[in-house]
Amino acid sequence: MQDRKSADIIFHGITAIAAFSVLFVILGVLFVLVKESYPSIGRFGFFRFIATNDWNPVTGNFGAAAALFGTAVTTALALIIAVPVAIGIAVFVTEVAPPFLKGPVGVAIELLAAIPSIVYGMWGLFTLVPIMSEYIEPALQGTMGRLPLIGILFEGTPLGIDLLTSSIILSIMIIPFTASISRDAFNLTPPLVKESAYATGATKWEVIWDVVIPYSKVGVFGGIILSLGRALGETMAVAFVLGNNHQITSSLLDTATTITVALANEFTEADTDIYLSSLFNLALILFIMSFIILALSKLMLAWAGRKSDR
Amino acid sequence: MKAIRILAVIFAALILAQPVFAETLNGAGATFPYPVYSAWAFEYSKVTGTRLNYQSIGSGGGQRQISSRTVDFGASDAPLKPGKLAEHKLLQFPAVIGGVVPVINIKGIKEGQLRLSPQALCGIFLGTVKKWNDKSIGSLNPSLILPDANITVVRRSDGSGTTAIFTTYLAGVCPAWKQKVGAGKAVKWPAGTGGKGNEGVANYVKRLKNSIGYVEFAYAKQNKLNYISLQNGSGKFVAPTFESFKAAAAGGGFDPNKDFYLWLVNAPGEGSWPIAGATFILLASEQVEQNKKVVKFFDWAYQSGDMTAERLVYVPLPKSLKDKVKTYWRSKGIY
Repeated sequence: MQDRKSADIIFHGITAIAAFSVLFVILGVLFVLVKESYPSIGRFGFFRFIATNDWNPVTGNFGAAAALFGTAVTTALALIIAVPVAIGIAVFVTEVAPPFLKGPVGVAIELLAAIPSIVYGMWGLFTLVPIMSEYIEPALQGTMGRLPLIGILFEGTPLGIDLLTSSIILSIMIIPFTASISRDAFNLTPPLVKESAYATGATKWEVIWDVVIPYSKVGVFGGIILSLGRALGETMAVAFVLGNNHQITSSLLDTATTITVALANEFTEADTDIYLSSLFNLALILFIMSFIILALSKLMLAWAGRKSDR
Repeated sequence: MKAIRILAVIFAALILAQPVFAETLNGAGATFPYPVYSAWAFEYSKVTGTRLNYQSIGSGGGQRQISSRTVDFGASDAPLKPGKLAEHKLLQFPAVIGGVVPVINIKGIKEGQLRLSPQALCGIFLGTVKKWNDKSIGSLNPSLILPDANITVVRRSDGSGTTAIFTTYLAGVCPAWKQKVGAGKAVKWPAGTGGKGNEGVANYVKRLKNSIGYVEFAYAKQNKLNYISLQNGSGKFVAPTFESFKAAAAGGGFDPNKDFYLWLVNAPGEGSWPIAGATFILLASEQVEQNKKVVKFFDWAYQSGDMTAERLVYVPLPKSLKDKVKTYWRSKGIY
């Protein structure tokens, strides 16, 4: 009896150490980020730094606005492209595919997640960028570029190195997360509910749209949040294909920068202290942003959970 | 208990044992000279058995690491001013010469055919000269048919010594550039698309029609890029060749009293390539024994490493400069 009780205590201790060590690491990262960005925060002010659109290593004037803009645009556009495709994949695998296809398609999606991001970056640079600049972007300019309001999004010379290409690469990277989690969520729909719907005369599409998806809302939303987190922090896939141009632009065919692209391109050669500190400041902003988005999504999930319990 | 005692004895024995490892020198810094340093290190280890471990983390990283004494020597494409060297108690000397070559992609124009003046080059990168058939370019090239097309400017997206040399050159020849942009490893570019690394810029220039970019001499030669002929300080149009780089190195006024602080751009001489630059080695002044070993390596490289350097498309220092460096070493007591 004594042995089993002490084994329990040791077990509890080890798991507690594992859990707290993660907490310590996060706090440690936050501490280092704040300590290293302190000169930059002191010189520019935390909120003024976020609002300033200037990045001049020569004069030593830095501001995060352009990088934040790029992060927001690439992430949003990647989600807009990826989420419908991922949900479509999940629907296909769970409801539409013949049984012999379910396995291979599922494995193919998981493999997509396993490709290292720098391989995506290289593929993007050597394969996707020429295709975009020679075929897809001129076609987009010729068709959607002529429409009155949307046309502004497609101005400029299509070089292939721009927000649009980066968003497409990012969307391919984040599809697997939403797709697998949605697939698992859809599989959790009780067959009884689906069969009842079919019994009342619903078509396959009506069952999917009106029964399965509403039932798995929470799971799908969780998958989207995972994809969002990945897209926010993705570095090497976009470092080569975005051009690292610190500007806020209205055209998707323009070069820009994100926080991660700026860090990847400029970190090793940042020679002045204020330059390095401003890069750390960018990293701190990204850290805080990811934390806030995760917290908000947890709150939304909890709120949605409480609603559906009623 | 017996097991613990045995383990303690083995542990103590392992700690006290002093295995004899081959001597290793550690260096870190600029990415530009990495190929030639590692080739030299390979041959040096075959001759002497001393190994050299070089991490190409960038000039900024090299300066930081030698200032905190975590490595035996640092390497930097950008020279440090004597004041900065004194502040961190560092010694500095050049190791090998390279430089920047503007490269173009215009159909029908071959290597070295396009002539540009410093002002035209400046205007292109400032974005004020927008088309290839602009008067400022056309007047220099009466025999060429220049297309009526927009110039696509390609520059670096990341910080680098290549950009530092190029922008120092532009700031030197062009007051508008100096005032508007300035010089540095990373600058606020007024125009152009950013490629990551020399490879990125070379890749874009090769793919994009009517483009111009700038790359290291080695990249231009190895990738057979379409280089231009640039007008130097003496008014002559020179092509980027080993000879024009060596002429720049010989003409440059490296001063041992200023720890060789010199941007080799606009070097005097009729045949000098105007955008040359040396890459430097930084030593911690108080680590005399380590410095002697590092100096021994570079002395060997000066003596026997020239052919290797040229094979990898780097320009070895001219003899006069090598002698100056040796005198500098002697004066610091490390040679």
